[in-house]
Amino acid sequence: MSQTESHDDGHHGLMVKNKKLLMWLFLGSDCMFFGTLISTHLIYRKLHPEEFDPTQLFSLELTSFSTFILLMSSFLMALAVSAMHKGEMKSFRRNVIGVIFFGLIFLGCQVYEFAHFMHEGLNLDTGTFGSTFYLMTGTHGVHVAVGVFWLISMLFYSQSGKMEAHKSAIDVEAAGLYWHFVDIVWIVIFTVVYLIEFIA
Amino acid sequence: MSTTHTTEVINPSVHNDLADLKPEISDLGLRRPDHSKNVIIDWMTTVDHKKIGLMYGAMALFFLLVGGFEALVIRTQLMVPENDLISAQRYNQLFTMHGTTMIFLAIMPLNAAFFNFLVPLQIGARDVAFPRINAFSLWAFVAGALVINFGWLLQALEMFGLFTASGATAGMNDFVPAMGWFGYAPITSTEFTGAGTDFWIMGLQILGVASLSASLNFIVTIINMRAPGMKMMRLPVFTWMTLIVSLLIIFAFPAITVALIQLMFDRVFGTNFFSVGGGGQPILWQHLFWIFGHPEVYILVLPAMGIVSEVLPTFARKPLFGYAIVVFSGAVIGFLGFAVWSHHMFTTGLGKIATAAFSLLTMAIAVPTGVKIFNWVGTLWGGQIRFHAPMIFAIGFVWMFMMGGFSGIMHSSAPADAQQQDSYFVIAHFHYVAIGGILLAIVSGIYYWLPKMIGKMWQGNLNIWVGIFTVVGLNITFFPMHFLGLLGQPRRTHTYLSGFGWESYNMVCTIGSYILAFGVLLLVVDIVRCFRSKQLAGNDPWDARTLEWATSSPPKVYNFAATPIVNARDGFWADKYGPENRKLGEVDESHGIHMPSQSWMPMIASAGFIPLGLGLSLMQAGVPFMGYVAILGLVIIALGISLWALEGPGGYHLHPKKESN
Ligand code: HEM
Ligand SMILES: [Cu+2]
Repeated sequence: MSQTESHDDGHHGLMVKNKKLLMWLFLGSDCMFFGTLISTHLIYRKLHPEEFDPTQLFSLELTSFSTFILLMSSFLMALAVSAMHKGEMKSFRRNVIGVIFFGLIFLGCQVYEFAHFMHEGLNLDTGTFGSTFYLMTGTHGVHVAVGVFWLISMLFYSQSGKMEAHKSAIDVEAAGLYWHFVDIVWIVIFTVVYLIEFIA
Repeated sequence: MSTTHTTEVINPSVHNDLADLKPEISDLGLRRPDHSKNVIIDWMTTVDHKKIGLMYGAMALFFLLVGGFEALVIRTQLMVPENDLISAQRYNQLFTMHGTTMIFLAIMPLNAAFFNFLVPLQIGARDVAFPRINAFSLWAFVAGALVINFGWLLQALEMFGLFTASGATAGMNDFVPAMGWFGYAPITSTEFTGAGTDFWIMGLQILGVASLSASLNFIVTIINMRAPGMKMMRLPVFTWMTLIVSLLIIFAFPAITVALIQLMFDRVFGTNFFSVGGGGQPILWQHLFWIFGHPEVYILVLPAMGIVSEVLPTFARKPLFGYAIVVFSGAVIGFLGFAVWSHHMFTTGLGKIATAAFSLLTMAIAVPTGVKIFNWVGTLWGGQIRFHAPMIFAIGFVWMFMMGGFSGIMHSSAPADAQQQDSYFVIAHFHYVAIGGILLAIVSGIYYWLPKMIGKMWQGNLNIWVGIFTVVGLNITFFPMHFLGLLGQPRRTHTYLSGFGWESYNMVCTIGSYILAFGVLLLVVDIVRCFRSKQLAGNDPWDARTLEWATSSPPKVYNFAATPIVNARDGFWADKYGPENRKLGEVDESHGIHMPSQSWMPMIASAGFIPLGLGLSLMQAGVPFMGYVAILGLVIIALGISLWALEGPGGYHLHPKKESN
């Protein structure tokens, strides 16, 4: 987020730089966060199997498409990180624009999906399914939105010419870790919330 | 650190290395609030871990007194049967705010005060890894404390006729939280409680952000910022416990964060997480709360164990007995702490297998706890014991904490717990661990480290009276509660009838609570006297063992003129008494010391939490325009963080004069 904080990165070990370690730890904590949201959903799903039949509502085509888009954005993110390491600002910017674009497509799909579901009668207060589904996927959406906001600020910042490989690579790497994590969480949600419904 | 500059006493008011420096200009082109002559600006924008620690401490002591006052009113109400000093509703508000205040606004920030002040010093670092995030954690804590206590503010305004819930604010009745610190569903639903519950939800959420960011910072600091030679197994035990507690916080807090979000959604947007009508299960709240709640009790107590593990060796003049085992037991306690939450729910009907498993695991957790106690006793064994104030309280901790542990093991047995659950027996248990354990250890830490923090030495022997009044008071207050519990007096009940044999016990408890309160008051007096003391502490008033004592009292902004090279566990002790090859070395830093610049941004960003928290709470109560206030809060936070990123870390170089260590 910010640049390397004031300090030389410690004296010891230095296996992982401060900012990256901070991000790893945050993501560890975030795992518990999503873990709690997803288990709430699964517990209530098991408790009230008859309450709601999501197979009528879910569109596997749409969600598979947005999942694929998110996966591809992770790919571009990896390219952006590597470009930053090499100091290739042009390629960095191109890839970041790609990530932002794909992130926005994903968010667009989610907004469309929510609007559609609500139209079909699945609301926040529709039993426990509506509650757990919207809170879980919505929280994930907020994570994506924060990531997009972060990348957009980086893009503008890189325009100012103040971004240099040796200083900023670590910031981009941290953003990359975050982005990949959000992607992985989505794959878990897609599997245990969407796909499983069609198997059983 | 050679002998030329270790013992010199430096007057805290004259250190002028900074006087001739000009403020830096940030990347945004703004002047940074560095080296400000204005004391208030200097403290509000500081990124110095020592100042941040002192602010945590001051605020926490304030809330300790607030929480203590609430407890005294509770005890006064219960002094005699069918007392009507306060209404049932007021009673509920008081025990709710007492518990919440003590846990989140007194003990946790007191621990944070020690983390902040000590950890960088103990590992030989200049500051934490992210100084501005550290300042952010402090101010977010302040914002959360304000939001939680907002109800009392309204209450005060109402008393003076300046506020009534009517017209636009008609929905704002019941504005002091009154559902217990555990906030069990479904009493937290809009059907049963009002705006107070919303303040509580939002306040706790903000405090969670503060704790989380602080913990991330400390883990990175401890892993990455250690001085050369400070291997993990040379870390002072207090630093080890900080590391373990920080890990517990980042893994345990998400559970309550999610639970609070779900509750907020239930209240504001009508979801059904905990509402039975829509298929929700109130028991889910209990699980999520205690998955956080049990690790939380170790989050509270492990730092206390760390303090005691520093104090006992110093005053027994012996290394800690079984260092590795003490560290390892701490880790095991932390780990097992995640696997015992359901012992708070034995009477909810979990099923035989689950109950038996949680019962066994709870018993198992007493093993590493016992190991630690034996190691402390082993440390004392054969030592040259000096009964200074820190030692008196540390020994008090070992003894009193053990008493709490015993009752803990008693209700780890599910059948026994069925009798004790929700009775005064549980109150006795957790006050022995909380006051007899944690608070005594914290007082020990205050007596031990305050001279280091402010550079002045304690005067007189008021400390003995503090010890006598607190320990005697706490035993008179809480020991009879064991019997009260077994005789069936329920907790969280505003009064009781006579004729159950509870009267005299309750009377004794109330008298004890006043004795305890008097002890705490004496402590405050003693602290004030220490601040006004003329006697300087010197670097090392206790002949101690760890690195913080190798530098001046109070330490300079840069902590160490030259970063120490550590060659032993208890490095400073080895420097004083050890063989040549174990003494401290010095890193060559002739190029000067890099110091971080001060910043307004952490405070601005966390100030946004106040409109966000209050806005969301009042929106629930139907007060108009509050949604916009909440959005304003979000905007302030986003703006603060963006400017923070853009201003850059800044920094300047210092060349400390050689003779001032
Ligand atoms: C030997 C270690 C311990 C064991 C075996 C243990 C066991 C228990 C059990 C079984 C309960 C549930 C009692 C009931 O509600 O019926 C309980 C409650 C409690 N314990 Fe402990 N405990 C231990 C240490 C601690 C420590 C170190 C702390 C705090 C620092 C603590 C704080 C609490 C609190 C606050 C409660 C009551 C929570 C509430 O209902 O509001 N315990 N303990
Ligand atoms: Cu517990």
